[in-house]
Amino acid sequence: MAEKTKITTLDKVVVRFSGDSGDGMQLSGTIFSNLSAILGNEISTFPDFPAEIRAPQGTLSGVSGFQVHLGSRKVLTPGDKADVLVAMNPAALKVNVKFLKPGTIVIIDTDSFQKSDLDKALFQTDDPFAELGLTNVQVVAAPITSMVKEGLAEFGLDNKSAVRSKNMFALGLVCWLFERPMEGAIHMLENKFSKKPTIAKANIKALTDGYNYGNNIHAQVSTYRIECMKCEPGFYTDVNGNKATSYGLIAAAEKAGLKLFLGSYPITPATDILQELSARKELGVKGLQFEDEIAGICTAIGASFAGALGATSTSGPGLALKSEAIGLAVIAELPLVVVDVQRGGPSTGLPTKSEQTDLLQALYGRNGESPVVVIAASTPTDCFDAAFWAGKLAVEHMTPVILLTDSYIANGSSAWRIPDLDKYPEIKPPYADQYAGDKPWKAYRRDAETLSRYWAVPGMEGFAHRIGGLEKDYETSAISTEPLNHQKMVDTRQAKIDKIANYIPDLEVLGDQDAELLIVGWGGTYGHLYEAMEMMQENGKKVAFAHFKFINPLPKNTAEVLKRYKKVVVAEQNKGQFATYLRSKVTGLNPYQFNRVKGQPFVVGRLVEEFTKLLEA
Amino acid sequence: MEEAIKYVAKDYKNDQSVRWCPGCGDHAVLNSIHKAMAELGVCPHDIAVISGIGCSSRLPYYMNSYGFHTIHGRAAAIATGVKTARPDLNVWVMTGDGDCLAIGGNHFIHAIRRNVDLNIVLFNNKIYGLTKGQYSPTSDRGVVTKSSPYGTVEEPFIPAELTMGARGNFFARLIDVDLKNTAEVLTLAAKHKGASVVEVLVNCVIFNDGIHKYLSDKANRAERTIFLRHGEKMLFGNNNEKGIVLDGLKLKAVTIGEDGYTLDDILVHDAHEKDMTLHMMLGLMGGDMPVALGVIRDVEAESYDQAVENQIKEVQAKNPVRTLNEYLMSGEIWEVKG
Repeated sequence: MAEKTKITTLDKVVVRFSGDSGDGMQLSGTIFSNLSAILGNEISTFPDFPAEIRAPQGTLSGVSGFQVHLGSRKVLTPGDKADVLVAMNPAALKVNVKFLKPGTIVIIDTDSFQKSDLDKALFQTDDPFAELGLTNVQVVAAPITSMVKEGLAEFGLDNKSAVRSKNMFALGLVCWLFERPMEGAIHMLENKFSKKPTIAKANIKALTDGYNYGNNIHAQVSTYRIECMKCEPGFYTDVNGNKATSYGLIAAAEKAGLKLFLGSYPITPATDILQELSARKELGVKGLQFEDEIAGICTAIGASFAGALGATSTSGPGLALKSEAIGLAVIAELPLVVVDVQRGGPSTGLPTKSEQTDLLQALYGRNGESPVVVIAASTPTDCFDAAFWAGKLAVEHMTPVILLTDSYIANGSSAWRIPDLDKYPEIKPPYADQYAGDKPWKAYRRDAETLSRYWAVPGMEGFAHRIGGLEKDYETSAISTEPLNHQKMVDTRQAKIDKIANYIPDLEVLGDQDAELLIVGWGGTYGHLYEAMEMMQENGKKVAFAHFKFINPLPKNTAEVLKRYKKVVVAEQNKGQFATYLRSKVTGLNPYQFNRVKGQPFVVGRLVEEFTKLLEA
Repeated sequence: MEEAIKYVAKDYKNDQSVRWCPGCGDHAVLNSIHKAMAELGVCPHDIAVISGIGCSSRLPYYMNSYGFHTIHGRAAAIATGVKTARPDLNVWVMTGDGDCLAIGGNHFIHAIRRNVDLNIVLFNNKIYGLTKGQYSPTSDRGVVTKSSPYGTVEEPFIPAELTMGARGNFFARLIDVDLKNTAEVLTLAAKHKGASVVEVLVNCVIFNDGIHKYLSDKANRAERTIFLRHGEKMLFGNNNEKGIVLDGLKLKAVTIGEDGYTLDDILVHDAHEKDMTLHMMLGLMGGDMPVALGVIRDVEAESYDQAVENQIKEVQAKNPVRTLNEYLMSGEIWEVKG
């Protein structure tokens, strides 16, 4: 070890890998976060990539980043600002200036900080640090590209292939900074490139060279030690929100004894769900790509009609295309899960960025009175539970369920304890042969408690029936345009959804129960809002926090909880959609609002500032 | 051994009163579908009839099977989901020229391209009936309707051409009044594994009365149409005195005994030929040539729903993992001990 290096023990640290979108920063980041998770750190990660697949090299628009937040205690967000920045070119440095703290360690590749590189990033001088006003950072300047070329000479790779390993050199340096043992990373590279042994060896060499370089230069920078935290015993894996959503759907289908059918169409940032489920053939999942968004949902509805758990995955623009078909599932009363991974809008908007702007579309974006269940996942790992709940409510209450996640939690990942499905609730499909009423069975006979109709699956003898988009008679299930019947059916479909409040958990209040201020959030902002609450408590403030997973129906105790606090602030990444909804559902409620629509996650520091102001007002 | 149940047409009817206009061509087709199902011998509860929106899409309500009357244009997509989730079911799509070829055109061509094992019955009356008389994608160029008061300025689709253009493997054409042949062709369509399209030229007695009269009229039908059967000579005419021959790269209608043509010159219909060139030419006949009816193309190929099943079986044969837990535990994991 370098003797002069001082080791700082921290409980949380943020590392940002940044470079050209072709520089492999996502891979460096992923390996580093997995290594840390295996060592017992809490992790939360977030990739930040441009909408273009390959923007012009070295330019500001082509910068791709991957941020990892490690901690020895609960880490819920990828962090506001970086303690360590890897900047593979001047553009990456410039784009990330706003994410640096005083004293941040900045690792740069001096080979790509030449005059032409500085020009591409629109620097005016030859000192980018001075030009950006970065006087208080610790710079580790290494000729990464040339050292990689030299180190890999023995492999006989062409120049381009050799240089491609520079992300591993950078990773090696970061591993040295954090005292990460190399074995884990080497193992991961061997797996990743198992079919290309030369590439695997070259990457491993670059990684080790990077580590040794850090060790040998006696760099005058701090190295960090993050203590490991005591996790709940069990087997863990690394999971992002889209994977967790896919697994949640598989779990729901398994629990219900149903086949899972996903009909989908590629759309950023939801495509991973289609890709994951199309690969799970060994589990008998039919995850299939169709000709458009409408076909995606329509095949899923057809599969549900035929007795499978039908699901579809999309993002905002796709949800708009699916709305007529969701209405069909509402009136046909078929189970259906629609996953909307929200992104920046309107229209094509910001496809790779995150927002919470589809809430009202999910709640109301259909013709006619067409209530559906709306659930929102709060963290990458919570996507599993939320998807499981979506499947359970869809099947047991014969209704479409819209599950809202967002680009931020869909791509963000953290360590996840592999769940014990035996501890998850049962899912019991209400098959038509369970009907025990006095009148003869009809397609729209209902369970007295849930008001759900029964599921008659083709092939069941004695239950052949016709359903469809036309209004049906409450008693006979035949087509009906009778005015009183329509009123009754509209009321019944609404009451069926309202009754689901009896089958979901109550709203929980975290923090100080007797606080004056209650922070209210929903969906993917959980981590930032929770950390804001924690930070306020550390500052000696009394504050409470309630986060909604169930949006429609709301938990039964919603009004009671919200009315308990003198001040309520609803924080969300839109112009106030949930606040508007709450006002319509809780008489007399008039909450404060904190709204940001930048396509970026909340900044915890900013939340604390605003909430503290509110508290003290 | 259990004796197979023998079904009759009325086993597929239900007690709903049929609400099409008196004289509508759809009535006859409905009866033929009941007959075809009895002929197939599939029990009613193993049949799913899916439809979109339009007059003909009301048909599922008049069946004693499972039925789903869905939304405009989406029947092929919904039926694709039904059949792919449950390849064991016998799945039918009832659709019209507007539903199938305008708003639903995309799903239609993709269902055909994938070769989903669906029996698609396309009721073609060349008009929008349920919305009271607007032109459809099969309306002839220039036709005056409520939404084309000065005549349309667009070319129609020819369903046979579109089906084969989408690489379809089964196409048949029928006339609503030709009861003798309808049930037979529908039965062949249902037996075909893969997407089968049966275009039925139906009359809309209210908004487009007589649109197919030129062909359906009993006095002229034998002269203006030709009914094709696999393996038989392509003959037509009141006394089967005419036939189709290949003249260079084109088809030609000839009279046997005239211009030196003999019976030997007449083409034999091969519906099973993979190369669709001749089928396409037959499907496009009209004008001076008789319009082809019957099964024009019937080629076997693996169906999509079966291919999906087969792929799952292949993967499962190599991979013993069957539950989510087994899958997750076989991935990159680490243990935290208590």
